[in-house]
Amino acid sequence: MSDQIRLKKGLDLPIAGAALCEVTKRVAPGLVAVKPTDFRGMVPRLLVKEGDSVKAGTPLFADKKNPAVVFCSPVSGAVDAIVRGDKRKLLEVRVKADGKNEAVAFDVPKISSLGKAEMTEVLLRCGVWPCLRQRPFGVVADPAATPKAIFISGMNTAPLGADPEFALKDDYAAIQAGVEALGKLTGGGVHLSLPAKNFAANELHKLTGVVFHAFEGPHPAGNVGVQINHISPINKGEVVWTVDLHLVAVIGRLFLKGVYDTRRVIAVAGPAAVKPSYVEVPAGVSMQDLAEYFGEGDVRIVSGDVLSGEAIGREGFLGFYHNQVSVLKEGHYYEMFGWANPFRGKKFSASRAYPAFLRCKKKYEMDTNENGGERPFLMNDVYGKVLPMDIYPLYLFKACLAGDIEKMENLGIYEVIEEDVALCEYVCPSKVEIQNIIRQGIDLMMKEM
Amino acid sequence: MAKNFFDKIRPTFSKGGKLGWLHSSFDAFETFFFVPDRVTRKGGVHVKDCVDLKRLLIIVVLAMVPAFLFGIWNIGYQHNVVFGLGWSFWQMVWYGFVKIIPLYLVSYIVGLGIEFASAQIKGHEVSEGYLVSGFIIPLIVPVDVPWWMLAIAVAFAVIIGKEVFGGTGMNIWNPALLARAFLFFSYPSKMSGDAVWVGGLSKALAGGTPWKGGEVVDALSGATPLSHASLDGLSAAGTSAWNLFLGNVPGAVGETSVIAILIGALILVCTGVASWKIMCSSVLGALFVGWLGQIGGVTDIPCWEQLLMGGFAFGTVFMATDPVTSAQTECGKWIYGFLIGALCITVRLFNPGYPEGMMLAILLMNTFAPLIDHYVVSANVNRRLKRAKTV
Repeated sequence: MSDQIRLKKGLDLPIAGAALCEVTKRVAPGLVAVKPTDFRGMVPRLLVKEGDSVKAGTPLFADKKNPAVVFCSPVSGAVDAIVRGDKRKLLEVRVKADGKNEAVAFDVPKISSLGKAEMTEVLLRCGVWPCLRQRPFGVVADPAATPKAIFISGMNTAPLGADPEFALKDDYAAIQAGVEALGKLTGGGVHLSLPAKNFAANELHKLTGVVFHAFEGPHPAGNVGVQINHISPINKGEVVWTVDLHLVAVIGRLFLKGVYDTRRVIAVAGPAAVKPSYVEVPAGVSMQDLAEYFGEGDVRIVSGDVLSGEAIGREGFLGFYHNQVSVLKEGHYYEMFGWANPFRGKKFSASRAYPAFLRCKKKYEMDTNENGGERPFLMNDVYGKVLPMDIYPLYLFKACLAGDIEKMENLGIYEVIEEDVALCEYVCPSKVEIQNIIRQGIDLMMKEM
Repeated sequence: MAKNFFDKIRPTFSKGGKLGWLHSSFDAFETFFFVPDRVTRKGGVHVKDCVDLKRLLIIVVLAMVPAFLFGIWNIGYQHNVVFGLGWSFWQMVWYGFVKIIPLYLVSYIVGLGIEFASAQIKGHEVSEGYLVSGFIIPLIVPVDVPWWMLAIAVAFAVIIGKEVFGGTGMNIWNPALLARAFLFFSYPSKMSGDAVWVGGLSKALAGGTPWKGGEVVDALSGATPLSHASLDGLSAAGTSAWNLFLGNVPGAVGETSVIAILIGALILVCTGVASWKIMCSSVLGALFVGWLGQIGGVTDIPCWEQLLMGGFAFGTVFMATDPVTSAQTECGKWIYGFLIGALCITVRLFNPGYPEGMMLAILLMNTFAPLIDHYVVSANVNRRLKRAKTV
């Protein structure tokens, strides 16, 4: 075990509606979707037509720039619809399950018999390659790249996030197989970060073939980007890969069972969730299958956590990388002299401008109200307090706004993706869309490189 | 009720409405009364902290209220002392109130007028930044400043100091100090000397109006203790450290009472709105140079007394900590604050022509704050580059 890394900066959002540790529903495959928009910068080439019958593991589309990277159907059935947006941009490939639960039977060799090239070939052929993401920029890993190391976060500090120890408790064998497989891809080792609390007692601590790291601290300590920054920061020209823990299990199942099995246990939570708890679902599950958790009224359904997730609506589909659905009330209301109210007991503030810091045990029914109008950057010390990285956030944001590539590079654009700066956006009193700024900065970097 | 009113007139001020071009102004008033119903956008965070700029800035204004209230009384008190009137407490307060209100009207009407107009022209939302600047300006000028001068100074500060740089958040210099500097250099006779700091005194002197207790004036003609003290020490200026701490001495409206300013500092630090690092380092810088001056034989004033004099306390607490014009990096703040304190006392010790060093010290360090930050950020960049080489 390496040293314990204690982070002080950050913020655990006291939001109400945490999921009870109980699986309250197992959703049988119905309508699911695979969304090319989940994969940053990927231009899809469609491989199926509407009406084609597919099995779990049949490729639906491939990456135009890298045709070996394919994105597969998570269920067996027929292609129901191909949804396009503006300029015919491919948004969703929907598959209607037929209930047969057939899967493509892949011929998978033993892990120990494979080298890097063969392992890459197997992962690509069996459709699990998109589970690997690459930093800088959080794109799908480039099979031709040589990663410095592979990082997995074994902790989830995101607001209302799924607890890996509960959600993955039946998957330890698959995770073990997954990390062994990943170990073949890099010379730098597979790094797994666990919470410092009960570090040795953690079930994940029994895994072999990984390098453990212990982290302690508030969100975003569980973000893999923050962990990389403290374990082995990314420099210009370097590449690391990251895999979400629940997707390590997907890779592992491929080697244990020879099939593309992306079922996952997700947390359905949030102040507006009806019975916040865990649900077992296929990847890309339709929100209509979870309708009973959302209740009536004007609510926002977020695939992912409330800080960095994506609003998908009642008809939407779970994102490929997400293992959480957050449910929030929409905040369409006016609040008379809200800014002048000395107490404002129903709202949380991380700043001491409100006495929320005195109500330390309280959980808040947060909604989507902006709580103010957008203004220029004014305060300069709020962002650094929630970003536990060796980075000057305000300067990075301004470099992104200015589109100054050299500055962005120097100030650490390679080390962050949107989710790492999400808390900066949360606390910003000027209500600036910081994740959007970083997104545009990253898009510019990718275009120019 | 107010909600209904806004809902009723909103179409008139929306795009395409009759008064659609006044949209920014409508928005400013509406958001003043109501936190808007806007929700977070797709692709960002979905919940947001309930703090906004209005809240932070109102706290700054609130923190200045003790100094403001004390200032009102002190205007009346100084007038009373100089003219030997034997007024009661409420008479003094009333005199101060009548003196200060026109300054506030001028400051806010001119300043906010320009802010609204420029937001209107650019089609932006009106930023709340001027609420604070507008509150500071009357507190740092002599109470007898002619209104038209103040209006010009405010217009200069807002237009040249702020709007040409792109408005709130983009300015290099603290707008309030810029207004004062403008007055100081454009109309020195109204801004310096001894008589200007007592309400009604300069008029009385100029007009030859007889006043009771003329002999008192002679004794007090060193109306700002600072100009005498910087040369001769406090007792020669007819005052004591205790009086400076309380603030019942002549001076700009808000800057005399250290105790009132300390209450404000406490509010700012407890709420985390202003940087305690800047305040601390500024005090340290002043003590350091004050101490050097003392052991070097430049002055007889103990270094701690320097902290009580003139605009040092007010500047340190309310103006050096302006988040826009101060250093932006945490390390830079220590350097920035220290240099402000040090420069302020240096100016006091070595240039009797400008006994009030704080204004110049802050404006100068505002200018250099980006440079300090540049070096702090460069160090971070170099660290990152070095890391690349060693791995």
